[in-house]
Amino acid sequence: MAGEKSKDWLNLDVFNETGKIGLFAARTLREMVRPPFEWKELIRQCYQIGYESLFLVGITGAIMGMVLTLQTRPTMVEFGAATYMPNMIGIAMVREIGPVITALICAGKVASSIGAELGSMKVTEQIAAMEVSGTNPMKYLVATRTLATTLMVPILVLMADALGLFTAWMVEWIKADFTFRLFFDKAFASLSYGDLLFATGKSFFFGFAIGIVGCYKGFEAKRGTAGVGSAANSAVVIASLILFIIDLLAVLVAEIVYDL
Amino acid sequence: MNTSGSHISETKTSDHTKPLITIRGMYKSYGDNHVLNGFDMDLYDEEILVILGKSGSGKSVLLRCIVRLEEQDAGELEVLGQDISNLEHSDLDKLRTEVGFLFQGSALYDSMTVRENLLFPLRRHKERMSDKTEDELVKQVLKSVGLEHTEELLPAELSGGMKRRIALARTLILRPKIILYDEPTTGLDPITSKEIVELIREIKETYHTTSLIITHDMDVVRVLSDRVIILWDGINYAQGTYEELAKSNDPKIKAFFK
Repeated sequence: MAGEKSKDWLNLDVFNETGKIGLFAARTLREMVRPPFEWKELIRQCYQIGYESLFLVGITGAIMGMVLTLQTRPTMVEFGAATYMPNMIGIAMVREIGPVITALICAGKVASSIGAELGSMKVTEQIAAMEVSGTNPMKYLVATRTLATTLMVPILVLMADALGLFTAWMVEWIKADFTFRLFFDKAFASLSYGDLLFATGKSFFFGFAIGIVGCYKGFEAKRGTAGVGSAANSAVVIASLILFIIDLLAVLVAEIVYDL
Repeated sequence: MNTSGSHISETKTSDHTKPLITIRGMYKSYGDNHVLNGFDMDLYDEEILVILGKSGSGKSVLLRCIVRLEEQDAGELEVLGQDISNLEHSDLDKLRTEVGFLFQGSALYDSMTVRENLLFPLRRHKERMSDKTEDELVKQVLKSVGLEHTEELLPAELSGGMKRRIALARTLILRPKIILYDEPTTGLDPITSKEIVELIREIKETYHTTSLIITHDMDVVRVLSDRVIILWDGINYAQGTYEELAKSNDPKIKAFFK
């Protein structure tokens, strides 16, 4: 019986939810490109999502740079490859760690906060009030927030990359007397424009997914305050899962492109 | 007995020509729960029509269908001469500015001050006004609801009754032709309820609005209604004036007027 139930859940709920999120994303994209545009609200959201995440993302990026260097250095030294540390760190930070860690931080901070905010507006009928006063909530609330996350996450990723590389250099400078110039020359020598392009490209998708999932879960919130908590929680879980799927797809696409 | 309007008195309807809202055979179900089963109704200019029904009888659903917050399953629905179910979103938004809606929980935007709450619909639908004109409008609607000095307060700093008044002011600022009231006195103490009832009457007299009120508060029905509809089993079970319905011998109607 329980097996049947879980099978039903797999067959129906997951696909049902995926379909609903897909339709919600399509509606959001339509509202994003269709005038009139909500510039004021977009700028306010960019400020809230971008500026207010700077500190958290910056600290995380800086720590990740240090941790990565400290953890990998002994192995690299053992293999006599310590001089390749900047190259390895450059690739790891720009291609993977910077974008994924930043996106996960944003999923935790931004998707949950959007889910809770819109969920609370939903259960207290503020979204309905907006609708009956002739304001399209998909445009005013959803399109602006999703566009803001789509634009801000790549910027935050670039900042996390820069801080991560900087702190990695600091560790290398203390441990192996690497100069700033030598470290960054070697780090960038291993990177191509393609790396930067793919990393930034997937960050846009990460940002879009974070915005969409946060807004969708907020709009779907039911059953009072418990529903708001549940919306915030499931927004983080689903957004994180989607981020990893996007990451995998981005890596596969990059592999194909590099092979060509 | 179940024919729509079997207990109908034609009181009021003869005073008016074309209804502002016409509903014919409205159906709405949630799965097996048939909430509206062919509901009929007319709302005439400048009248106060009260829809009376038990909790869970579909009163709020009816109101939400009128402004298309929910889609009816079947039926005809005309608001201000327009078939609302076929309107494009932009036309629907325009029409909605003519139909104010007072939510049961007030639904004030809690991240905005009272002033911002009032200006939100105004700035989105009226041509850009000078700050002075906006100030005057805000002060005027706040005066109408008797809360002149609350402009900079947040909704969290207001009492339940004050929230209801501010929500009414937000509705009034667009000068709607019709105001839909979803249980306007629910959750308020008796004194505040009376104040809200009085306010609804004052607003009708000052702004010449047409009002559709759903409630199960008999004081609201007695004091405000020009006409009453009893919503029972998803249909317009009976309608008439308060006095007419109060005299009815039908047990279902009598249950409300005990």
